[in-house]
Amino acid sequence: MIVELGHFALILGFAVALFQATIPLWGAIRGDAVLARLGAQAALVHFALLALAFAALTHAYLVSDFSVLNVFQNSHSLKPLIYKWSGVWGNHEGSMLLWVLILALFGAGVAVFSKRLPDDMLGATLGVQGLIASAFCAFLIFASNPFLRMPNPPIEGRDLNPVLQDPGLAIHPPLLYLGYVGFSIVFSFAAAALVLGRVDAAFARMIRPWTLAAWITLTLGIAMGSYWAYYELGWGGYWFWDPVENASLMPWLTGTALLHSAIVLEKREALKTWTILLAVVTFSLSLLGTFLVRSGVLTSVHAFAVDPERGLFILLILIAFIGGSFALFAARASALQGGGLFAPISREGALVFNNLFLSVASLAVFVGTLYPLLLEALTGAKISVGPPFFNLTAVPLMVPLFLAIPFGQKLAWKRGDLLGAGQRLWTCMALGVAGAAISAYAAGGGPVLALAGIGLGIFLVLGALDDLLDRALRGGIGMIGARLRAIPQSITAMALAHAGAGLMVIGISATAFETEKIAAMKPGETMALDGYTLRLEGIGPVTGPNYNAIAAEFSLRDAAGTELARLRPAKRVYIGRQMPTSEVGRYRHGLSEIYLAIGETSDGQHVDLRAYHKPYVLLIWLGPLLMSIGGILSLFDRRLRIGVPARRARLRPEPAE
Amino acid sequence: MTRKQKRLAMIGAIGLVLAVATGLILVALQDQIMFFRSPTEVAQGKVKPGEAFRLGGLVETGSVVKEPNQIVRFVVTDGANTVRVTHQGILPDLFREGQGVVTEGKLEPGGVFNASTVLARHDENYMPREVADSLKQQGHWKDGKGENKGAKP
Repeated sequence: MIVELGHFALILGFAVALFQATIPLWGAIRGDAVLARLGAQAALVHFALLALAFAALTHAYLVSDFSVLNVFQNSHSLKPLIYKWSGVWGNHEGSMLLWVLILALFGAGVAVFSKRLPDDMLGATLGVQGLIASAFCAFLIFASNPFLRMPNPPIEGRDLNPVLQDPGLAIHPPLLYLGYVGFSIVFSFAAAALVLGRVDAAFARMIRPWTLAAWITLTLGIAMGSYWAYYELGWGGYWFWDPVENASLMPWLTGTALLHSAIVLEKREALKTWTILLAVVTFSLSLLGTFLVRSGVLTSVHAFAVDPERGLFILLILIAFIGGSFALFAARASALQGGGLFAPISREGALVFNNLFLSVASLAVFVGTLYPLLLEALTGAKISVGPPFFNLTAVPLMVPLFLAIPFGQKLAWKRGDLLGAGQRLWTCMALGVAGAAISAYAAGGGPVLALAGIGLGIFLVLGALDDLLDRALRGGIGMIGARLRAIPQSITAMALAHAGAGLMVIGISATAFETEKIAAMKPGETMALDGYTLRLEGIGPVTGPNYNAIAAEFSLRDAAGTELARLRPAKRVYIGRQMPTSEVGRYRHGLSEIYLAIGETSDGQHVDLRAYHKPYVLLIWLGPLLMSIGGILSLFDRRLRIGVPARRARLRPEPAE
Repeated sequence: MTRKQKRLAMIGAIGLVLAVATGLILVALQDQIMFFRSPTEVAQGKVKPGEAFRLGGLVETGSVVKEPNQIVRFVVTDGANTVRVTHQGILPDLFREGQGVVTEGKLEPGGVFNASTVLARHDENYMPREVADSLKQQGHWKDGKGENKGAKP
């Protein structure tokens, strides 16, 4: 009954989306404020219906209703409660329902804050959002319906893929989707601006919070996914240049560029067409990512179902939206007034530099991700484009960008003084070189590129924080406290986000200094690892709620012989699918980690151990975390929220019903 | 600088960066990609000496031999031809005899494939698409083998 209610709510939501896609858009174009404002109500109702549908599916998972095909295929009655929750989006149909729910959430968000928006902008934006929602609701209902019942319900479900049974999975997809799909509303704003022919500083202020919100969650989602891969897949890697990872990285790169170009649009009324183009491209890349992941053209951990019909459906949606938006862009972009040129050495010049490199890096990732698909379609040759390709293209393209960040931060608008900016940064650079030298000394040498990376990271962190220090000291020593408090929140946010990028660079470079050891060990045997000693204390079976495991217990001692921890890496076999997974044992000290994974324990006597010492590895994820904190600070900067001018020039305001 | 010169300088700089990026991409596409080969293609001599490539197929049942120092030997087959593979390291969780596998490495002079990586799979039903395609070509693919066992609507 509840499942049917959810099914019905989904269909009704589809109908409301169709209304939202037509009437308010028409009202906006015709200049009818009442019809345009109807978009807000439609978006709220649409969101409520989708939330109801999602709640119904969640209920089916929580009570393990195996008469629902989707629940049967992806759940198990013995599964812990948190994985019954997360299992809702741990499969193709459920994750698409979450996708549409988040789409509706952003539409509803615009509706809630609609008072600040001009009527026609509101109607057109929510109309475009409704178009996207209609397309994906149709996809859900006709091609991947999560509410289908089975005629003869089985007693037990087939369980969720065990590698997905992890707290990391409970938050990774929703965060990632919030980011991916969040750019849909920026896209809708851009399309509305094109339709209405108004791109100005007010537009930049309108899209700013939404771009930031999407960017923050996408950053966190990617970092979370990377961290999950690190501890769950058991090989200690954090980024594999897997096509699906690339699919999330591409919108992140262009989204980051958009975040920066919107600042230029807001302050200088320049880069109008470019900002619109970035908004269109970013969401197009999000759609492309959805297509790559959900169509099964790629083989990956993320590809749940290989179903050509679904792939074709998403491909059609993709072509319609990307083709449509680019056609609209081509038709209307020339009507936008250019904002004039500016000096290359200036804040806006630096932001153009940023945009150029981020876009080009995104292009490199794009080519590397799609080239194999293209080549196979054209010639039938099967190739794989792996990490070496990206290390040779995207990575070098990021280096000039990172080098330029501290300078860009110090340049003034309109005309900057590179020498003046450079003076303070020489110190930071010298400290970066010193840091690299100290690392080389401590590690007894090391790859030059990794050392350069550490130096670059230190330069970035110090350069970002120096901006704050510089501002704090301007009033003399006695004024530090007052000056620090006077620093605008958005400036602090920028410094933190850029420092986060620096921390990530340090963390990635430090992986060159990790130690890996592989050995077959018997109970009682020891292994030395960078001054630590591991001793295999025993091997034994462990029983979990829905799995059986063989765990090995290791004691970890430091050089003085003090026991620091007991680590228990294990091999689990999940009952539902009879599928083995690895559970790693980790010990954290400072920002570094000892990481243990075990292999086969067939004879019960030996265990194959793979042990790593990973210095400063946690910086890889702390960096993006700091970037998002910067984003959040910027999102809540009071100066940017208050005083947004309410533009009501064109249409007379009508009271919303 | 005049307005025109500024514009030219800007376009020139953007063009330069794009050219460098295109150059990097083209060079990397020349050197850094790996072809996927089936054992039959290896037997036909399609692999250049010293070329790193991906070898995929089924792990032949009964062929896995474990030696000291985590060295594993096994045979990859596509039904028609086989290639002997050696790998040092811990095998991924879902490595099993009779199941699909993708390995990365180089062919050694004796005809043994030295795999630097044995790729992990994440799902017990999952068959690498390249492997499925090459098995289909050899006529060893039964449709529905990798399909969900559950009823399809």
